[in-house]
Amino acid sequence: MQKSMRKKYMLDQAKKSVLLIPAMVLLLAFFIVPIILTVYYSFTNMALTGSAAQNFQFVGLDNYKMMLTDPNTLVSIKNTFIFLIGSLVGQSVLGFLIAYLMKNKAKGFRRVIGPCILAGWVMPEIVVSLCCLAFFDVSGTFNKMIGLLNIPGVDFIYGHPMLTIIIANVWHGTAFSMMNFQSALDNVSGDIEEAARVDGANRIQTLVRIIVPCIKDTIATNTMLNTLSTLGVFGLIWALTGGGPGMATNTLPIYMYNMGLKNFQLGQGTAIGMLLLLVGAVCSIIYTRVLKTDD
Amino acid sequence: MKKKQIMALLMTSVMAFSMAACGGSGGSSDGGDSSSGGDSGSSGKSKITFTFRDDGTDLETNALYKWVNAAYESWDKKDEVELDVAPITADEGNYFTKIALQLADPGTCPDLVCEDTFQLPNDAAAGYLTDLTDYVADYADWNDGKYYESMQKMVTMDDKVYGIPYCTDTRGLWYNKSVLEQAGVIAAGEEWQPESWQDILDACKAIKDNCPDVVPFWCNAGKASGEATSMQTYEMIYYGTGARLQDEDGKWITKSPEIEESLQFLSDIFTNGYGPSLSLVLNGQAANTSSREYLPQNKLGIDLDGIWITGSWKENGAAPWDGYEDEVGLAAMPTSEGQDPGTVTLAGGWALSIPENSDNKDLTFEFIQHMMSPDVYLQSILDQGNICTRTDTAEEEEYSAQPFFETATKFLETADFRPQNDQYSTVSTSIQAMVESVVSGTSPADAMNQYHTEVARVVGEDNTVQK
Repeated sequence: MQKSMRKKYMLDQAKKSVLLIPAMVLLLAFFIVPIILTVYYSFTNMALTGSAAQNFQFVGLDNYKMMLTDPNTLVSIKNTFIFLIGSLVGQSVLGFLIAYLMKNKAKGFRRVIGPCILAGWVMPEIVVSLCCLAFFDVSGTFNKMIGLLNIPGVDFIYGHPMLTIIIANVWHGTAFSMMNFQSALDNVSGDIEEAARVDGANRIQTLVRIIVPCIKDTIATNTMLNTLSTLGVFGLIWALTGGGPGMATNTLPIYMYNMGLKNFQLGQGTAIGMLLLLVGAVCSIIYTRVLKTDD
Repeated sequence: MKKKQIMALLMTSVMAFSMAACGGSGGSSDGGDSSSGGDSGSSGKSKITFTFRDDGTDLETNALYKWVNAAYESWDKKDEVELDVAPITADEGNYFTKIALQLADPGTCPDLVCEDTFQLPNDAAAGYLTDLTDYVADYADWNDGKYYESMQKMVTMDDKVYGIPYCTDTRGLWYNKSVLEQAGVIAAGEEWQPESWQDILDACKAIKDNCPDVVPFWCNAGKASGEATSMQTYEMIYYGTGARLQDEDGKWITKSPEIEESLQFLSDIFTNGYGPSLSLVLNGQAANTSSREYLPQNKLGIDLDGIWITGSWKENGAAPWDGYEDEVGLAAMPTSEGQDPGTVTLAGGWALSIPENSDNKDLTFEFIQHMMSPDVYLQSILDQGNICTRTDTAEEEEYSAQPFFETATKFLETADFRPQNDQYSTVSTSIQAMVESVVSGTSPADAMNQYHTEVARVVGEDNTVQK
């Protein structure tokens, strides 16, 4: 009896493993092997053109040494964090506010507002940057509008480049946070809120003491997902400011592209990629720690 | 329940949409493969794929597009060979990246490619380009002195020929006569020739004071303008101090008073408000904006740029300008303080090369010969608005009578060239970064330090020198 049970169990496991194979192969081919190759290339002098393109050599830690002595690295890391924090704060606060204000509102209202905000999210990055370019340009929509009120125009893209890319990214990403918070807020039981109100808590107290603690897991998850996607933003910044003017919006992905593809130094570019991977990994670990202690 | 259904529907449609988008891009790249990789078309014909840069304004007015089509139409092998015109729409900065990626991959490699002569040594060293030495040995025009020797040198590396030069160029200061007259810099009918950088700054000041809505001075200054920023701007200024990018031992000079002096001049232009706004000059269209809009519309005083900008002012150009020969003047760029030789210019040029991965080399070389044959070539060099590389074309009345060509060709006699080695094109991107940071407010000293760091990263600390 027990033997046949075990046999059945083994068979089940085998079946499951067979079904997993395609996924594993895909993961291996498109994720694990490229990562291993990237790690390897970051220790070589591989180049896109020039004599090093023909036969590249292992150069040890040279790429990393050069990266760490280059003042631009520090500037890029700083820019990446400014962009990250600005985007996170903007997306989370705005996403939460919209979700909160939309809670318990009439269905018709939600149906109109929801898709409007989703539009920014559904659009590809490059379309978002083109829209923002048209909006923030010196002779763009925004300046034309405030021009009607006789307010002098603002040079957003070249005068306040970091602010511009943060606003663009917030517009692009708010909908994702909003949806996360919407579903979390829907799960906050009305009874607790009711009870709080009966006990004499005002709206703000209810929000801070009741609702936020109830959805703090969602806040953490949302922050983590936003962090990882913001760290990788390239097309948006590239199309809006190209990392400039000067180094003003040069984030790590832009720095990596410039080094790897514009300067043709693929090896050094991949080394910067590893730095980006490290930043992402550290952020993930911090967030998972934060999540764990709450359990 | 209903909500769930709607949600499911929404999710499915979003997924389907994004998959369709992926499929779309995959499909187009497949298309690219088959058009450039497969060299025998469906009809069994051979196929030549021609790749060049297009700036995205209007392909029909692109001089190279017109040239290749005209050459193909008049080619006697037209019926046996199919022509695939495959422009790369990119700013100059990204063109070379795309070319390098294409040349490295047999699947996407074109058969005929336009190479800037500064990028040529780099791509040749990478093994991307076919050594044409054996081909040119049988090319009568090449050996009969029909090509200028200096042009032949530009495409030769270690005694091997890697391309057929099809244009060269010189640079100078283009000025709008009516603006300069209004500013009081010149009297009516007078020509302007500054003797030093200070003269340029003085002229800029006069324009700024007297013509409020006019941009006094324009030069390429952004990374997006690519090589144009290095060559038309930085090197035109820097070579005027008498210094060069490399010293006699071939080491790159990364810190010197001359570099700082040149950057200071640029900084003076932009901090005093003589330059265009950053939003105009730091994007990839900057050179078109200045030559096709601002200069013809009397919104610009002085433009530091190359002879080819006259190409777009011609009748069939991208921005026809009737009577431009009377409206603008061309002055030589002076040395920093007017010291010998008094003026400075740089010459570059482009070449037609056959990638190593092309599998139709013999036929492609025949096509190059036809493209460069005097009849076909003449119209093309007129369209390009550039200086020709053939001695016989230079003597054609139609060519030599073009406005400004006598002056621009005379510049060529004393022209300087860029360093011809496989490191220059990478050093050049560091120059662009340095120029962009100076015009957007970084101090010359800081920008120079950054330049040193970046160049040392690429060529090695041992190959740099500080003076």
